[in-house]
Amino acid sequence: MRMRTALAAGLLVLVAGCASEPPAAAPDEPVTIKFQSLAWQKESIAANKELVAEWNKANPKIQVEYIQGSWDNVNDQLVTSFEAGDPPDVIHDDSPALSGFASRGYLMDIKDKIPAELKSDIPQPAWDTVTFGDGKGGQGVYGVPFLQESQVTIANKKLLEAAGVRMPTSDDPWTWDEFAEISKKLTKGDTYGVAWPMKSPVNKVLNLALNFGGTFFQTDAGGKTTVKVGAEEREVLQRIHDQLYKDRSADPSALGMGSADPLPGFYAGKYAMLPAGVYLRQQVVEQAPDGFEWITLPPLKGVGSEQGAVSQTLSVAADSKYPEQSLKFVSFFLNGSNQVKLAKGDWLLPTSVKAAGDPAMTAEENGWNVATASAKNLVVAPFLKVNGFDEWKSKVATPTLQQYFANKITIDEVAKKLVDEGNKVLERYNQ
Amino acid sequence: MGRSLRYLALAGYLVFLAFPLVWLLSTALKTPQELASLHPTWIPRAPTSANFTDAFGEQDLVGSGVRSLVVAAASSVLTVVLALPAAYALARHRSLVNRIAIGWVLVSQVFPFILIIIPLFMVLRGLDLANTLPGLTVVHVTFTLPFALWMLQGYVRAVPRELEEAAAMDGAGRVRSLVSVVAPLLAPGVVATLLFSFISSWNEFLFALIVLKDPDVATLPLTLVKFTGAEGVVRLGPLAAASLLATIPSLLFFALIQRRLKSGLMAGAVKG
Repeated sequence: MRMRTALAAGLLVLVAGCASEPPAAAPDEPVTIKFQSLAWQKESIAANKELVAEWNKANPKIQVEYIQGSWDNVNDQLVTSFEAGDPPDVIHDDSPALSGFASRGYLMDIKDKIPAELKSDIPQPAWDTVTFGDGKGGQGVYGVPFLQESQVTIANKKLLEAAGVRMPTSDDPWTWDEFAEISKKLTKGDTYGVAWPMKSPVNKVLNLALNFGGTFFQTDAGGKTTVKVGAEEREVLQRIHDQLYKDRSADPSALGMGSADPLPGFYAGKYAMLPAGVYLRQQVVEQAPDGFEWITLPPLKGVGSEQGAVSQTLSVAADSKYPEQSLKFVSFFLNGSNQVKLAKGDWLLPTSVKAAGDPAMTAEENGWNVATASAKNLVVAPFLKVNGFDEWKSKVATPTLQQYFANKITIDEVAKKLVDEGNKVLERYNQ
Repeated sequence: MGRSLRYLALAGYLVFLAFPLVWLLSTALKTPQELASLHPTWIPRAPTSANFTDAFGEQDLVGSGVRSLVVAAASSVLTVVLALPAAYALARHRSLVNRIAIGWVLVSQVFPFILIIIPLFMVLRGLDLANTLPGLTVVHVTFTLPFALWMLQGYVRAVPRELEEAAAMDGAGRVRSLVSVVAPLLAPGVVATLLFSFISSWNEFLFALIVLKDPDVATLPLTLVKFTGAEGVVRLGPLAAASLLATIPSLLFFALIQRRLKSGLMAGAVKG
């Protein structure tokens, strides 16, 4: 293998000397740009392909080749493509991935190139999710944010009505205290009030912690970032834990599940409520048995209703031979009316203000009105700007939170582990 | 009694082996509602072909299946053609160098492939082989070859040298001895190696992901993964339908050549 590597390296030198780059097209010649999309749901793929076809028909000189990637392995694939200098021109990803790509110079900074109409149609908090350091001390914008996810509660309507609980609205949502009380009320016989799938607990807990002002990270005047777990950060952790082991209104056996795994139990009446990302509504619509009635409940309120958010994004590769054409395509693809189609396909929230006002996004059917209204609570997730967050998440936070939710350690031990072990990880990135 | 127990054990083993395939078939025929049932059943209550329709309608399964077949067939044949003479030399001419070579072949298997994937891609691109099926075939041969070589030299070693000596005594030359005596006895080993190489290539994902960029050259594993989404959510029905189809060529290939996997041909060949 080592020999092969050496051989490969040798050949690489040879190739570097011999290979010539294909010439860029002359200004008037038709060009083809590659667009790698991560759409995977049937409706979403159809929407993407429809928009690409529409663009290609209207722009014979800038043709777009649609390539379908996969969320499962996109970052491995992109790193290799970037390193090899052969990335797609237009890249679909999510904002947490952009930070690393931006600092390594893989993505084009579009800060001064965004068309005014597109820029003004997307609120600043969404732009904040794609604004990162450029690795040289400056800040750049490395993508256009277009779909976001908020945490809502999907509930069994009949069970809620039978329990006679107050139905929350976007203007008057449940507080966490009400949610706890109602969960207890709904817990009867074989039915638990709530299921908390916590196979990947970190992002969910961190996003919800903002309800109580919990940020989990703090940055000092010198720019050094450390972990903090104070009273604000403990609130959501403690409340979920209480539901599991004090109130016994949450099913501990759901803890090891992924986001969609509790759905069979939800349809069967085993769980009355399911805190989930808005996209899970699509699964419910597709899978729920005939006659099953469900509703989407607005995000819970702590001291506020803020939630951390990341965005799905379209970026232009720094190595793209056709950056201007790529950006033109992105601007078309993410205009207000097109974002409606994309949001409907993925069952997520559009960042476009125009799109959010579209009747399709405010319809009562399938909880679109509640989902779209929840976007007002989204702020940039504090962890998005933390160098070393991925390592902290995988090595420290995930196992620690899983232990806590399994009732194996106390909340004080959680705090100590997250801070002590977490700061050791962040220390390396701070240097 | 003993025979009944043997059959019982065999039946249990068959059930164990067949379980994933039967479950895959059952899943592929279920509606989304039934797939989300808390109490799954073996036999779909309302069998549907919609998953197959969706899978075929949304993705180029036939095209990517044909491409996978071409790559797997080409790389398995090439692997065996290249490995066989080398394996014979390693097995028959035992020296320190050969022992080191065999050791090196095994050691090479422990290096993570991800380490060389970027230079490999750049080399392929320089040779105009990136994004092509021949390029992927070359990569698959390169990475299957060491283990195939190790497998085959074991099979060659199992053929008693005395048989070749006896053939020589009867007047057979080196080539005649290899073709008429050694080759037939090696057939099961060659078939096993072919199978190993075929299945390795058929299932291979990572290199295909890196080497093949365009949808019109994607192989089947790259197409199957498109039914998975963010946060581990999958479209189970279409994925099961597509996966079921993906198992068929391997099963057919195995069915076609399994009778060549007979062992025991050499039993008693050198008894006095």
